[in-house]
Amino acid sequence: MAESEKPSNPTADCRNACQDDLRVIGVPRRRVDARAKVTGQTRFADDVTFPRMAYCKLLRSPHAHARIRKIDTSRALAYPGVYLVLTGKDVPIEYGILPVSQDEQALCVDHVRHVGDPLAAVIAREELTAFEALDLIDVEYEILPPICDPEDALANPEPRIHAYGEEGNIHKRVSLAFGEVEQGFAEADEVFEDIFFYQGNTHLPIEQHAAVAIKDPDGKLTIWSSTQTPHYLHRALAKVLEMPPAHIRVIATPNGGGFGGKSDPFQHEIVVAKAALLLDRPVKICLTREEVFYCHRGRHPVLMKFKTGVKNDGTITGIHLQTLIDGGAYGSYGVASTFYTGALQTTTYHVPRYRFEGCRTFTNKPPCGPKRGHGTVQPRFGQEVQLDKIAEKLSLDPALLRLRIVESSDTVTANFLRLGTVNLAECIRRVVERSGWNEKFRKLPEGRGVGLACSAYLTGAGLPIYWNKMPHSGVQLKLDRGGGVTVFCGSSEIGQGSDDVLASIVAEILGLDTFDIRIYTGDTDLGPVDLGSYSSRVTLMAGNAAIQAAERARDLLSTAVAERWTVPKERLRFADKHVFDSAAPEKSVTFAEAVSLAEARLGTIGTVGSYTPPESPAHYKGGGVGPSPTYSYSAAVVEVVVNPLTGWLNIPTIWIAHDIGRALNPELARGQVIGSVYMGLGEALMEEQKFRRLPKKLSHALVHKFPSMLEYKSPTSLDMPDVVVDLIEEPDPRGPYGAKEVGQGPLLPIMPAVANAVYDAVGVRIDEVPVTPEKIVKALAEKKAGRFPRFGPSHFPQIEWPEPLRVPPPWEGGDGNAVNKPARQKKPPTQRENVLTS
Amino acid sequence: MVTIPAESRKSAHIRLTLNAEPVEVSFVPYKTLLEVLREDLGHTGTKHGCELGECGACAVLVDDKPVLSCLLLALECDGRNVLTVEGLASNGMLHPLQEAFANLGAAQCGYCTPAILVTAKALLDENPSPTRDQIRQALSGNLCRCTGYLQIFEAVEEAVMKIAEQKKISGRAV
Repeated sequence: MAESEKPSNPTADCRNACQDDLRVIGVPRRRVDARAKVTGQTRFADDVTFPRMAYCKLLRSPHAHARIRKIDTSRALAYPGVYLVLTGKDVPIEYGILPVSQDEQALCVDHVRHVGDPLAAVIAREELTAFEALDLIDVEYEILPPICDPEDALANPEPRIHAYGEEGNIHKRVSLAFGEVEQGFAEADEVFEDIFFYQGNTHLPIEQHAAVAIKDPDGKLTIWSSTQTPHYLHRALAKVLEMPPAHIRVIATPNGGGFGGKSDPFQHEIVVAKAALLLDRPVKICLTREEVFYCHRGRHPVLMKFKTGVKNDGTITGIHLQTLIDGGAYGSYGVASTFYTGALQTTTYHVPRYRFEGCRTFTNKPPCGPKRGHGTVQPRFGQEVQLDKIAEKLSLDPALLRLRIVESSDTVTANFLRLGTVNLAECIRRVVERSGWNEKFRKLPEGRGVGLACSAYLTGAGLPIYWNKMPHSGVQLKLDRGGGVTVFCGSSEIGQGSDDVLASIVAEILGLDTFDIRIYTGDTDLGPVDLGSYSSRVTLMAGNAAIQAAERARDLLSTAVAERWTVPKERLRFADKHVFDSAAPEKSVTFAEAVSLAEARLGTIGTVGSYTPPESPAHYKGGGVGPSPTYSYSAAVVEVVVNPLTGWLNIPTIWIAHDIGRALNPELARGQVIGSVYMGLGEALMEEQKFRRLPKKLSHALVHKFPSMLEYKSPTSLDMPDVVVDLIEEPDPRGPYGAKEVGQGPLLPIMPAVANAVYDAVGVRIDEVPVTPEKIVKALAEKKAGRFPRFGPSHFPQIEWPEPLRVPPPWEGGDGNAVNKPARQKKPPTQRENVLTS
Repeated sequence: MVTIPAESRKSAHIRLTLNAEPVEVSFVPYKTLLEVLREDLGHTGTKHGCELGECGACAVLVDDKPVLSCLLLALECDGRNVLTVEGLASNGMLHPLQEAFANLGAAQCGYCTPAILVTAKALLDENPSPTRDQIRQALSGNLCRCTGYLQIFEAVEEAVMKIAEQKKISGRAV
């Protein structure tokens, strides 16, 4: 139980060191920030307080869609204890995470677009005062009819939710053709057509978003915030506040869970920053749980149509995928999300021809955005359930079918994604063996079944959010003559263990213990830019940057020590806080002595490292979404027990194998897999971000059905099955020590595996997520009545798709460029929204 | 006369034992134990996720029983014994639960961790060798979005073994 580190014994351990064995990487370890977390000392955003701190509360729209006719803040301002009331005109500049969707305002000026859209802020001495004063803000609304869902949006171009976008309430339409998919269908023995629906759901981090801003004593701005993307927040603040970025410091506090929900710049962050500057005192905001539901940026509800041609042996001849996406009220990451719904279909199985059409609509609901698996989760569900149907029709075992068609390593896919290592086949074999698949599939008694599904995910987005040629991640090291090493990096720790990744890599290279390393992350003043904790990018990108910085530091130290010993520096080894001569292991200096020698010889020791992803072969427009340095792969088998009377589902065990390249810290990697399985299970069984219209006699508003943790169902400790985790480790040369991502990929196979298992158990197809007992009972009733035993969407609406961008796949001589230039659709003239004045 | 807003009047006053220390605190009467702990006593180890009694992140032990501090008025805590995550370690040594949670990946973001630790402690104080089902049951009011709970169960089981070993050793010493 002793907390002190194990005393090192340099001479005894030297032999191992000289063999260059990994001593930190791959060893299950306590993460560097674990002690802070178990003692309650991790400083989350709401734990940050200052003297004279004021509190902020936001007035949010009670209407789903309305014009703001008039706002009168005079009564609120006169309320005792109120310091400041802000409205849209105080922060009118539009911003948004994507350069193409600068459509948000920190406080709505003249148009509210969903229940919960903020339009005014009160800053007061006490939080309760601010809250009470919200009631004293008088707002006159002109209520507009709400757009409730994508079909509503397609049918009703007016009233427009935004003045930009394709047309009416269509935000983005995408049409891509990689080869002639119709020819693929002509060559097929069977063509399958299925429609699936994936309901939206939300991240539900236990920590509510919070931020504290101060005007620094020298007049600059500092903000602490629970953000996954401090660099993007930095940019948004500079834009809206019209301040040089150099005068703004963003500190991402450790996030109490993120899952993608803290990746956008948020209204409350900009508002407290503005208020702190105006008031010259610290201003804090902590959102209520209800407000977190309104921030959302969660999983897009997606309706999908999959048309897939196959040969009798299971070979895919072509896929045509159409997606209709409910974007909610703002752009957020939506344009990227739209492309993501079509990007990764080619990464798991060989698809020679592929056509994708996607359409994102605006609706008067909280904006959707990136949630764990961003945009790829919904079509993965459709693809894997359809494959299960294909296997059945072809009388093939679903595992065997997949093994026949898995894509191979180092392939460039039909849509020009360059794959790294692909160990999907091994993942499938492992879960088949571990789960006893061959003894169970179609062999278990009625009511019990198994289902299998696979997936792939990016290890970091290949392109940044805004176009630039700079590194995606930078790491800076400072070496102290006392033997300490400090790591500075812009990455943000959201619970996934990114600080531990940095510490372990630096410790490994410099022969130290992770406890010797100090980590400063998520601070735009202290660390070089890292783009943030999204797209599973940090381990690979910050990890590779850390390797470069640490190897440069090792080189400086080696130079000085080698010179002192007059030996070639290649002979030196770093281990156990010492530097050794590998030819004479009894010869050593401590790490601190080595730093001192280097300082004396070379001056102050500091190094930098950076990482830029390789250029993608996808040169066509839209090819920026999907490329990644490498992809992770997962396969899962889920066992279910279904009560045929109630439809109640019980899941005793899930087996999952994940192609991770290398687990830098196996304890944490396993945790990421189980956590992903858990979150996938929540989506599969119960989680829904649902809306309803209030009765007409009330406001008839379109409201969130249950913006509370009690009614938004998520799995508890009682619902969690046993999870058998296998990590498949074949190092990928693109990853640090061969590591690929693990934080998102293992979520993807769970939902389709559940649906496939339900079919094995009771013979009904649930082509919709979540798979609830109610839907199973309805499908069982269909089965009993002799009709098609299925629950799911019945039609995909007519959408006017633009002419596709044609990109011949590599095997048809394509070079990654489009061969046509589709005429841009004529847009109705963009009208600036009239700013309504009182 | 200067008017002080009602919510700034710290007119309530209680004495309690907080993490084995007697403390006295004045606060605004409507405040919950959670708010008084975090805002008036500087004990920010206890977290909040909903302030409606739904997520379990604010659990503390009041007279050895897990209580959601967001649902308890601080005024009701006069004379009572409150234990938060800050009181788990003793003599510079982490509690076996803390050790196990740290070593076995039971804390990812760490936000739900303080409440789960004290809830698990209450379980082990009452039942030194719980089954996994009893652990599941005891922690069913604490939502965790990161871990999927399994490494939390494993850590509690590890702590059970460590505590039993310690007792054996100290029993022998006596």
